[in-house]
Amino acid sequence: MSENIPSVTQESAAPPRRSVPLWVQGLVWGLLLVLLAVVALGLRRRQEGHIQIGETLPEGLVLTTFEGYEYQGQGQVAFDDLRGKVILINFWASWCNPCRDEAAELENTWRYYQASGADVVFVGVDYVDVEPDARAYLQEFDITYPNGPDLGTRISQAFRIQGVPETYVFDRQGVLRYIKIGPFASEAEIRQVVDDLLGE
Amino acid sequence: MKRLVYGLILGLLAALMWSGLTSAQGDGPRTVTDDEVNAIARQLYCPVCENTPLDVCSTEACRQWREVIREKLEQGWTEEEIKQYFIDYYGARVVAEPPREGFNWLAYIVPPALILLGVGILIRVVIVWKQAAAEEQQLAAEAEPDEEDEYIRRLEEELQKRR
Repeated sequence: MSENIPSVTQESAAPPRRSVPLWVQGLVWGLLLVLLAVVALGLRRRQEGHIQIGETLPEGLVLTTFEGYEYQGQGQVAFDDLRGKVILINFWASWCNPCRDEAAELENTWRYYQASGADVVFVGVDYVDVEPDARAYLQEFDITYPNGPDLGTRISQAFRIQGVPETYVFDRQGVLRYIKIGPFASEAEIRQVVDDLLGE
Repeated sequence: MKRLVYGLILGLLAALMWSGLTSAQGDGPRTVTDDEVNAIARQLYCPVCENTPLDVCSTEACRQWREVIREKLEQGWTEEEIKQYFIDYYGARVVAEPPREGFNWLAYIVPPALILLGVGILIRVVIVWKQAAAEEQQLAAEAEPDEEDEYIRRLEEELQKRR
């Protein structure tokens, strides 16, 4: 009988679904992608490690020296101006015990090259240190080569150092040729590296 | 008489002690407590020990830094001056909150902006859900048979007759 009953029809269409506007979705995804890119770049930089052999001396770096540790009477050592010489850059700190193991060797080697008139310059970069302790350290080891604090940690960031002591030796063209992580064991070890580059 | 003499002696001693105390407070640098040092130290991070606030860091480098804070406080430096000294000397990365300048502004703007955006999206979604629910209710109400409808009334009568 039911077939005789006229069916009651009704509008069954569902209400139109309102979603988040496209531009908002795009903005959210865009911001997320930017955030991911920033995080990825940061992680990549962190895992990059220190600068590698064959890279050139980072440009525009200037070391402000401690009073009494100037280079050729100048209180500012522009690394760019050192090109043409063999450059040994040593990162150290007064709180760093391994740095003490090589301090005397570095100074003795520096004096040796100063006496021989070799075209080499040593530069000490004092990393995350306080000046009184740094000065005490320099006096304790009677260090005479140019030395200064790494103001704003700009130099250590440019070299992406992982700790101290670390030493980077550049040839006359400003190309990084040797990296020493940790202290040098002897004067002979330092001289071997520098002599090789002076002989080129 | 004896009491008077003892009283005078005690009074003199007390006066001497008081004068010594006040002169000690007035002379030289002021005494700085560990709490004062740590209040600034906890806002700083030594680059050697990343992610460890200076007040709880046990390395020699951090100990040196805390001593610098103590010296500066003794010299009468303010908290802001000391923090600025560390920023100038070691770079902006030593402070827990980067200075509000240049690229650093992103750190202050982006997180609140994202939160606001999220809240905005949430509010919008809730509104859309509510509207959808209201429309569904309305449609359901419209679909209910109208008792006043002539056609429905006749249908009901027919059904009654057939039973």
